[in-house]
Parts: sequence; structure tokens; C-alpha cells
Amino acid sequence: MLTLNINGASKELDVTPDMPLLWALRDHALLTGTKYGCGMAQCGACTVHVDGQPIRSCITPVGSVAGKAITTIEGVQSTAAKAVQDAWQTLNVPQCGYCQSGQIMSAVALLEKNPKPTDVDIDQAMGGNICRCATYPRIRAAIHQAAKTLG
Amino acid sequence: MSIINLSRREWLKSSAVAGAGLTLGVYFNQALAEGAAATPAAAPADAAPAAAAAFEPNAFVRIAPDNTVTIISKHLEMGQGVHTGLATLIADELDADWAQVKVEDAPADSRYNNLFMPMQLTGGSTSIANSFMQMREAGAAAKAMLVGAAAVLWSVPVGEIKVEKGVVSHADHQATFGELANLAAQQPAPKDIKLKTPDQFIYIGKNNLRRVDALAKTNGTAQYTQDLHLPNMLVAVVAHAPTFGAVVKNVDVSAATAIKGVVEVINIVNAVAVLANDFWSAKQGRDALKIEWDESKSFKLSSADQLKLYQELASKKGAVAKQTGNAEQALSQAAQVLTAAYEFPYLAHAAMEPMNSVVQLKNGTCEIWNGDQAQTIDQIMVGKLLGIDPKNIKINTLLAGGSFGRRGNTNSDYILEAVRIAQISKREVPIKLVWTREDDMRAGYYRPYFYHVLKAGLDKDGQLIAWQQRVIGQSIVANTMLAGMAQNGIDPTSVEGSGGGYAIPNIDIELHTTELGVPVQWWRSVGHTHTGYATEVFIDELAVAAKQDPYQFRANLLANQPRLLGVLKLAAEKAGWGTPLEGKRGRGIAVVESFNSYVAEVAEVTVRDDGTYTVDRVVVAVDCGWAINPDVVYAQMSGGVGFGLSAALSGKITLKEGKVEQSNFHDYTILRINQMPKVEVHIVQSAEKPTGVGEPGVPPIAPAVANALSAVTGKRYYTLPLPNQV
Ligand code: FES
Ligand code: FES
Repeated sequence: MLTLNINGASKELDVTPDMPLLWALRDHALLTGTKYGCGMAQCGACTVHVDGQPIRSCITPVGSVAGKAITTIEGVQSTAAKAVQDAWQTLNVPQCGYCQSGQIMSAVALLEKNPKPTDVDIDQAMGGNICRCATYPRIRAAIHQAAKTLG
Repeated sequence: MSIINLSRREWLKSSAVAGAGLTLGVYFNQALAEGAAATPAAAPADAAPAAAAAFEPNAFVRIAPDNTVTIISKHLEMGQGVHTGLATLIADELDADWAQVKVEDAPADSRYNNLFMPMQLTGGSTSIANSFMQMREAGAAAKAMLVGAAAVLWSVPVGEIKVEKGVVSHADHQATFGELANLAAQQPAPKDIKLKTPDQFIYIGKNNLRRVDALAKTNGTAQYTQDLHLPNMLVAVVAHAPTFGAVVKNVDVSAATAIKGVVEVINIVNAVAVLANDFWSAKQGRDALKIEWDESKSFKLSSADQLKLYQELASKKGAVAKQTGNAEQALSQAAQVLTAAYEFPYLAHAAMEPMNSVVQLKNGTCEIWNGDQAQTIDQIMVGKLLGIDPKNIKINTLLAGGSFGRRGNTNSDYILEAVRIAQISKREVPIKLVWTREDDMRAGYYRPYFYHVLKAGLDKDGQLIAWQQRVIGQSIVANTMLAGMAQNGIDPTSVEGSGGGYAIPNIDIELHTTELGVPVQWWRSVGHTHTGYATEVFIDELAVAAKQDPYQFRANLLANQPRLLGVLKLAAEKAGWGTPLEGKRGRGIAVVESFNSYVAEVAEVTVRDDGTYTVDRVVVAVDCGWAINPDVVYAQMSGGVGFGLSAALSGKITLKEGKVEQSNFHDYTILRINQMPKVEVHIVQSAEKPTGVGEPGVPPIAPAVANALSAVTGKRYYTLPLPNQV
């Protein structure tokens, strides 16, 4: 049994500490918005925030984040998150949508650190998130739009 | 031609004639007859469920008393926007408010067949094309019944009733769809359905709609097969054979079963599955298996040997796919003859959601949950395996995290794998088969490896007078239930698009179909992925040999192809074709018709001093007839460019003694945001019937980029993927 702080609530999960956070979230906390894409930190589909930092949950042992604040797509609520999700919806960013939880979590983390990212900043912050549907132009546009909303 | 004046029957006739759908349909019928299996399911007795007296005027619309309009989608949403597209068609004719519209997936049932084929299938970029009239009629019929209900309720003439944004009104009366649902259900179905004229459209052709799946796909609630959790469900992770065709000789399960959470290990002959309570335990169990494989019958070739084999075949005459005039003779009289050979690797679909499916066998019934592209085929295949009538195989279609053709497997490969596991386990609980990325990457069903040899002749004025193209590769339909699509040794999907639409007086297209143990499948835009490249790169080379501008050379040869010429011109004009570019920059153009849509693309590249390069800008012109959702058309063109560019720059599955060498995104790299060019999309205004957009954006990008690189370097690129340095 491990106690985790997920989306502001404390949760007891019957998992071993070496299980990747991704699978603890998906199969035990039943928070399936965080996706599996590669399992080796190559695609970013599994991105969540731990103490506000974007991390790849597929290679993060769940034991290493006990006691830390874990935020998933289901619980992300900051002003930046709201602006990002709004921009994503208005610009119809998602196609298959499978990568988008990870994209959004990366984008929110970017904007929380850097409210006015340049294209190069976006390339750097989002370079670890693959979108097989290649929605990249709209991801970029949505980040700029969210930055504008945030003023 | 005005698209709105066609009757449904005329519509279907005119739509299907030119499409691959018809061919597919005809031969599929034979398969059905042979299998004698797929008797169309009778409309279920509970077709109009008593549930809260929802109004269900037909199989595609349901209006609930709570005012929700539910559109039942017969097509899989895998990113291409079809849920939004079908909803647009219905909501427009129904005059629903977009905010009240929801979409749910249809069950597997012949009422939901693709009208271009006698089966339920999403593919060949046919979804909007085959549904255009059917969905509009469904919406219009529902509206007529709502109006009929209001007329009874208010005792006013039907003709005086207005419907706007989900509200039915007359003078001082007003009611929502929800309020009229009960009464509308008692109205007779209208005999004459009056459709709108285009000037009355409120959503069709407009850019004012949010995708119906935008919200769920941005807050984590969208449900993919991967996300399903059912009571008592077990997760299966499999150890696949190291080579295609190998079978299990021996398996030592002791270490696997010792892992906490592992429930059972199941040998399904060509794989071993570990069932556990969650994915991680199942995967650890899988990794702990010690399996001895019998590889005596497996495929053992390496990619280099395969190339040699194909090159040998290329020197021999193949089966004739197309012959016009006498190319041999014309070549002997040509002033200039050019030859070129092109090599195309196997490609994995690599959808972001690795393949998976959930199966439950219980009391002799079978229920499947899957992002399903081909329900009828899957029903037949599963029915055969289980000895159950296919129509009793229940399929729940869920969103797919990409597919690009992979989830429309004619052998139902991963679904059958899940069913076999469930069958042997006899547990009667839902079993979720989850492939890891590595499993997905190495499972085969690739875009086939192809080799093309081309030869063409120009006369003394630089006129293209002869074209020979010999295509070598595996057939996608061979040994599947669609094998009948191949006639006289020609699988049309191997050669489609060869030679393009160019006016060439003497043409020979030949095909060698190889039989290799690597499973192959359609991959977004199918044959055009390679024929488009060979044709468009060779045309470019011929233009240069003829001392003509590549755009002008194409335009001259397309004088009688107004739609190809139209997109060619539009793309060239918008890209500023002919205006100078500074430094080591270049433009390339390509134009391809696929799935009855016409797409031209102009790519701009910059080559750095070290030979590396960037693709900076792509201008797309598309003619897909009437554009139902221009926003989705943009997304599909742009996405198609990115998908095709990914393959052009680095997509490659190779084999070493039969083993797939790639395994995950570090060695099968996918285009990333910093590599994505700026994409501009220009849609030809058209009143022609709508055609597909899911695939046609893909074929022109690789040749456009290769041609742009050639414009800078003067070299030609005959092998895909393109080199990292030019
Ligand atoms: S699943 Fe974690 S980075 Fe791909
Ligand atoms: S939207 Fe499909 S992978 Fe990004």
C-alpha cells in the first residue's frame, strides 16, 4: 500500500513502489486520461506534473513520488491550464486525441514558467511530445493563444 | 453538376463508380458468399427501446426528452474528424443547435454498412462520401417528424412552422426538440424527404463548429480501448514470436507465475499471453517468461537480401496492370530515355495508441470492445474462430488513438489474438489485450516494402511519349477475405496511381507480386504512398531533362485533367512558384489524385552547409468536392503532410534475418514539433460531391520535398526515407 497525493486528494493504492506512476494512475487510481505511448520517455503521452514539474510518468517509479503533489489531466486547474484547454478547444487541436493529455500537461508547465514563449521555447518545451496525427501547427497556435489570454 | 439535386440512388451510383469502394464491394460479396456467414443482422427487436421514450426516427438520430440530439456514427473516429462530419450533416438538415449534439458509436449491424461496400467499414477515405446523402436524409426526416408533431400539438399547418437552432416555433408557440420528442415518435415517417439547398446550410461548408470530441480530448475523459476498465477484467500482455511464422516449442512459466498479480499464462501457439490483474504485473510476467521458439518455418530474410531479390525480379517482365499504345516501340524512337529505380521500406503505422482490444466470452456469446475500423470483417473472422454466427458477435466501437489503416486489419490479427486468449483461458471475464509499443512496432502488417523501376522517353521537343513502370511488392489483399480484389494477378492497391493522371500516349505498368512472410497492410493512402513518389519524382526528373519548368511540364501533361490541373495551379500560385528564393533554398511540387480527391503540394526547403536541411513551408491545394467541414479538411491536409513527412524523413522498418530491427520511438522516429513545417491549405471551391480527406494529403509530400531538395542540390533521391544529409 502506498499513499499518494493525486489532484489534491490523498489516495491509498495497492501497488509496489517500483511500478511506474503511469500504471498506478491508470490501473489503480483509474485516472485513464494519462496515456501510455512508449514506456521509455520518448513520446510524452504520459506527462503529469509532480510538484508542478512536468515528468514522464512511464519511467517514474510510483514509490519516488509518494508525498509529492501529483497532478494529472483530470485535475489540472490553474489559470494557465484553463487557458490552454480553452485554446485547445477553440482551435480544434485534437485529432485522435490520444497524445493531447500529455501535450496539454507540457504546455501548461511551459506557460507557468514562461508566460510569453517564443517559437523556439515551444519547440524546446514540446519537443518531447509526439503527435502522430501531427497536430503541431495547432498546438503551437494554441500555446500562443493561451499566452495571449493569460496576458 | 448540382450535388443537391441527385436522388440517393443516383448519388450512390455516381459516387461509387469511380471509387475503390465498388471494387471492394463486389469481391467482398464473393467472400461473404463463400463464408456464408455474414447474414445481415435483422434490425434488433429492441430497435426502439422504451428507454425514457426517446424519439428515434431512424438508425442515426435519437432525440431525448432532455433535449439531447444523439447522432449514431457508423464510422470509427480515429482522428479524422468523422464524428464531427456526420454530426454536421445531420445537425444541419435537422436545424439542431450544435451545443445539443452528441455522438455515439453505432453497434456492429448491417444498418450501419458503408454504402459503398456491403459491410461496415471505415476506410478508403469514403466516410463522408458514402454518408453525405444518407445522413442529411436522416436529419431531414427527423425534422419533418418534429414539425409534424408540433403541427398536431398546436393545430397549425406544417408549412407555417419554423425550426431554428433546436427550437420549433409558430407565432406564439415554441417548443424544444426534447419537448416534442414523445409526440414526434408517434408521427409517421415522412415519404418525401425534402433536403436543403446549399444556401440554406447552417453548418455544412462553414467554419463555425467546434469538433464534437474537442472537450473530451482535452480534459482526459475521452474513452479509448486502452482506458476500459470492466468488472473482473484481466489484462493480457503477450510475448510474440521473434520472427514471423515462429511457434512456441517450450515455455517455462515458473518465474512469470511467481509474480504478484499474475493470474495465468496461456500458450496460443504463435505467442504466449500472461494474464494479470493489471498491466504492469502482466508485463513483468511476460518479461519473465522463458520461451523456446520453433523458427524452422519462419521468415528469415534480411532487408538487403530482399532488395536483391526485388532487383532480380525487376529485370523480368511482370503481369500487365495497364497498357496504352506501345511503350517499347516509342522508347526505341525516343530522343532521350531516362531510367530510375526507387526503393520504399516497410512502414509501421505506429498509432499513438498501441493495438489493444477487450474481449469477453461468456455463455457462448462474444463481446468485443475495440477502436474498430472494419466491424463486419472482424465479426466474420471471430465468428469463424469461435463457431458463432458472425451477427451474434457484439462489437462496441470506441475512439481510436490513431489507426492509419492498422485497425482495419483484414485478418483481424490483434482481435483474434485477444479472442484466442479468452477462448483458451475459459475465464468468461473481460480480457484486455494490451500491446506494448515494442509489440506494436514488431507485429508486422506494415506498408509493404516496394521497389519500382521506371523508364520514360522524351521526343526531340521534350514531349513525354512513353512511360514504363515495373512495380515489385507484396499484395495487401492476397490470402485475405478480400483476395478477390486482385484480378489477373494484379492487386490494384499495389499499382494504383502509377503514372499519375498525365497524358502519355504509350504506357506500360507491370507488377510482380511477391510472397514473403512479413504481414502487410494498408497504411494511410495505401499504394499512393509509393506510386505517388516514384511518379512525381520521375516526372520532375523528366521535366529537367526536357529543359522545362517542373510545374509547367506537369501542367502541359494535365491539360485534360481539370481537377488535377486546378490544384496544381492553385498550389503553385499560392506558393509563389517561380519567384526567386535566396541562398540554398528550393521549392518542389507534386500532385496526386487519391480516393477521388486531388491534392497538390509545394514544399520549400533550406539546405544548410553541412547538407542537413529543414522543410520550412508547405502549401497545399485540395479539391475534395464540397468541403463539409473546411476546418477538418485543413486538419487532415496538415496532418497528412506531417504524417507523410515523418515517413519521408525517417520512416523505415528493416529486418535482420527475419527480426524487425526497430522497436520503439527512439529507432522508429516520428516527426516532432520542431520539424513540422508551416502548412497553408487552400481548398478549391467546388459543387462536386464530397470526397475523402483522411488519406489524400499524404502522397504528395514526400515527392514535393525530394523535388525541392533536388532543386537545390541537382541530385535525385531514389530511396525513402530521404538521407539526413543531401
Ligand atoms: S509513455 Fe511515457 S514518454 Fe511515452
Ligand atoms: S492527436 Fe493523434 S497523436 Fe496527437
